Amino acid sequence: MSGLDTTFYVAAGIAVLSTVKAITHFHAVRALLYFIVSLLSASVIFFILGNPFAASLEVITYAGAIMVLFLFIMMTLNLGSRSIQQERAWFSLKDGLGPLILAAILLGELAYTLFWGLPPSPPPSAVVVDATQVGKALFGPYVVGVELSSLLLLTGLIGAYHLGYRSIASAISEKKAGTQ
Amino acid sequence: MNGVPLEQSLLLAGILFILGLMGVLIRRDIVFILLSIEIMLNASGLAFIAAGSHWGTADGQVFYLFILAVAATEVSVGLALVLRMFHRFKTLDADAYSRMRG
Repeated sequence: MSGLDTTFYVAAGIAVLSTVKAITHFHAVRALLYFIVSLLSASVIFFILGNPFAASLEVITYAGAIMVLFLFIMMTLNLGSRSIQQERAWFSLKDGLGPLILAAILLGELAYTLFWGLPPSPPPSAVVVDATQVGKALFGPYVVGVELSSLLLLTGLIGAYHLGYRSIASAISEKKAGTQ
Repeated sequence: MNGVPLEQSLLLAGILFILGLMGVLIRRDIVFILLSIEIMLNASGLAFIAAGSHWGTADGQVFYLFILAVAATEVSVGLALVLRMFHRFKTLDADAYSRMRG
């Protein structure tokens, strides 16, 4: 078993463990933290399998954009009289300790691959598919799929704007009715 | 082929998908249900990536990009619906939404 196989198994173990913690946790923000760790370990696995472009997209889009949207909505929903107390409770180190330990293991794997893994050993996978090939495939045979996904994203944008606008307007009117 | 065997990557994707399915079934908080759907989409993307790297083609990553677009759209519309539901029912419990008629 080579070192990169070990890296794969450690990352797979972290992915399964953090996903189990994410779906069984009672506190939504902590579950989101565990799910972000699961996405990071999936990104490590993508890199080991020889897909560096998908690995970077996993971190940027999934962990960066989608999970931040989740966190933003959770913090919006929790507005209330006890929110300051809750904020104070979230600043304790104890909540983030589990995800931090798992992320530190992933960071150790990154350091291992960067400093000890790559130069003597062969590349992570037999074939590395880089972003150039993905781009050529996207705008060659799959250009209809690109157009369809752009249409889907536009539909999602309009739908989210419509639903969000209505909910904000109703909240404002409720607040006005409450003050009068 | 000195990489990781395809079976083990697919096994990991299957385990993650079943965990997401269990999350949909056992949780009643609607944010957790959305999160579990994200877990399932991510697991299917992992299966595509594993198969694509096994055959050495870019098709796996192309389909991963499509899954990413679907996940982003689903989350934005789903969270907007969650906001509306929370403003109407003042709860995140999915069972409470069964009072909705029509």
